[in-house]
Amino acid sequence: MRALRTNGCTQAKKQLMQSNAPRHHADTLCPDSRRSRAPGAAHFLSTSPYPMPFTGLNGQIRLAYKLLVNDRAKFAALLLGITFAVFLIVMMMSMFAGVLQRSSATVINVGAKIWVMDPAVNTPANAIPMPDFVLDAARSIAGVRYAVPLFSGTGLVKLKDGNYQAASIVGLDDSSLFGRPTLLQGRIEDIYAENGFIVIKDADFEKLDNPTIGAEFEINDHRAVIVGIGKVTISGLFGVPTLYTTYNRAIQYLPTARFTTAFVLIEPKSATDIPHIKEEIKRLGYIALTDQEFIENTSRFYEFHTGLGMNILIMTVISFIVGLSISGQTFYTFIIENLERFGALKAIGAKGSELVAMILFQSTFTALTGYGLGIGLCAGLIALAKARLPDYAAVITFSSLGIALVMVLVIVAISSYIGVRRVLRIEPFDIFRS
Amino acid sequence: MNTPAIPTPAAFSAPAGEAIVARNIEKFFGEGEARTRALKDVSFSGHFGEMLYIVGPSGSGKTTLLSVVSGILRPNGGTVQVKGQSIWNMQADALCEFRLHTIGFVFQDYHLFPRLTTVENVAIPLILQRRPWDEALAEAMRYLKVVDLEERAHLPPVKLSGGEQQRVAIARAIVSQPDILIFDEPTASLDGDTGKSIVSFVRNEVLNEQRCIVIVTHDSRIYEYAHRILRMEDGQLKGTQDGESILGD
Repeated sequence: MRALRTNGCTQAKKQLMQSNAPRHHADTLCPDSRRSRAPGAAHFLSTSPYPMPFTGLNGQIRLAYKLLVNDRAKFAALLLGITFAVFLIVMMMSMFAGVLQRSSATVINVGAKIWVMDPAVNTPANAIPMPDFVLDAARSIAGVRYAVPLFSGTGLVKLKDGNYQAASIVGLDDSSLFGRPTLLQGRIEDIYAENGFIVIKDADFEKLDNPTIGAEFEINDHRAVIVGIGKVTISGLFGVPTLYTTYNRAIQYLPTARFTTAFVLIEPKSATDIPHIKEEIKRLGYIALTDQEFIENTSRFYEFHTGLGMNILIMTVISFIVGLSISGQTFYTFIIENLERFGALKAIGAKGSELVAMILFQSTFTALTGYGLGIGLCAGLIALAKARLPDYAAVITFSSLGIALVMVLVIVAISSYIGVRRVLRIEPFDIFRS
Repeated sequence: MNTPAIPTPAAFSAPAGEAIVARNIEKFFGEGEARTRALKDVSFSGHFGEMLYIVGPSGSGKTTLLSVVSGILRPNGGTVQVKGQSIWNMQADALCEFRLHTIGFVFQDYHLFPRLTTVENVAIPLILQRRPWDEALAEAMRYLKVVDLEERAHLPPVKLSGGEQQRVAIARAIVSQPDILIFDEPTASLDGDTGKSIVSFVRNEVLNEQRCIVIVTHDSRIYEYAHRILRMEDGQLKGTQDGESILGD
């Protein structure tokens, strides 16, 4: 065996010498050929069984990449941890964002710039009727281009088969029809026809037995006729169909208290008039909020006064901890298993900063890959859920993506920090002693 | 000494110039009462073209000495010059660069990366030298050919035998063509024949006039390949013997 190996080596040297390769390639063990370059001799790379996606990158980064991905079990566990954490974080926040968005559906769909309401109103769904003078007073405020009333309430629809279905009823100002939906079928002026209602074709449309124009049913024992089918930007939160009619018909059909105006909608002459309008409304004992303020108030109510926000927050934190635990533990194990080899690299001549760069690359690459997978998984699941459940309220927002990214980067930072500490602490001398 | 067929020694036998000069090396470990003196005023030199062994019982300080002269363990006293440069006066990063370009290591347990292929393992010093990946692998492949392992180039090291892994470690140590080669117990994990064939290979194929090889070993079966042997005991050098006198023994 000894002779064979020695002869083999000598033969290799002879072959190199006989080949067309430069002299120093054959005499590879001679320092005279130090740091010689090898022109066009990388033919064997094509036979490598490992993929090499980072061909343009620095060799050390590529080395770090290979050390990471070639340990498939660990890499899979790391990805699983990050993906799972991102999926849970984004999913939780997307569901919450979907709920919040739908909770403000009326504000978004009607599109008024300023909403006047009772100070006790938390959401568009729990309007407290105001007396008519509020509308008149609003119209008299300097800077108001126009002001209209809006009715918002719930009615009970009796379907042809005798079943009852709750429905959200929006009463639009009779003269302007401000806040009307976009019509898919029918004409808007038909809303003035006797018993005329426009039904919104959204996820809850079928709960009214998919009505067509001319369909009849009863609302609170009043006859109602569908005169148009419309669409709105966002469906409501509570899973009930939406009907639009005139303000006067709405207050006629639906039982009301002494006061009937749920909201007064104001169009200011300019944005600079808004503070003055708000001040004047406040003098009346009511509040005026811009649409964004109303949406924020609504969100705040659901976040802090319903338990929903806290539950989502807890789930998000748990997701973060789970992701951190899985990824941190796995990455730590990965580092520990390679610790002696990192020490060997140090002994060979790798600088601490180079090893840190390698570890940071490994953790960042894992994190970003897991982040992408988690987002993809979340988006896929939401798309699937929306295809199956039209009422499904989840929306991936930039803020949830940003928060998830920050959380992933925190996971990466903590995992890397632990790994880097261990690698920087190992002394090359320990490698000899081992 | 009962030795099997001794391979032909390298053509050159006369040491030429000092590769390593260690003077009055002191090294302590621990603090307070636990403080121990691992190296006591050790001085020696290693020459280019020389295969120098450091031998001695466990705990005698030979690995500590090896670490000090190879620039990975700072001594408490004394000086170490490698190729005329005082290595312990260098900044940390400069010392890393110096090691990377001047010293090659073959560790007792090889410390090959199991998730890399054999050729990638060999290329590591070149990659650390920031040579382009493909070029580093091409160069590594040539060295695998020299150690007769080119057919194993794309296997992970765990698929290789102990002797083959040792040769991979040697290829990795010499791929950057260092002036100094450090071997830590190169035969510790190998059977007698394989160990001898490895050391024979090192002497015949790796050693040359411009390289100094320092080997720490317990294994008296490979003493015959040494030009010179330093004996250590209790952190002190207890004597020097040249290779021919060992063969004479």
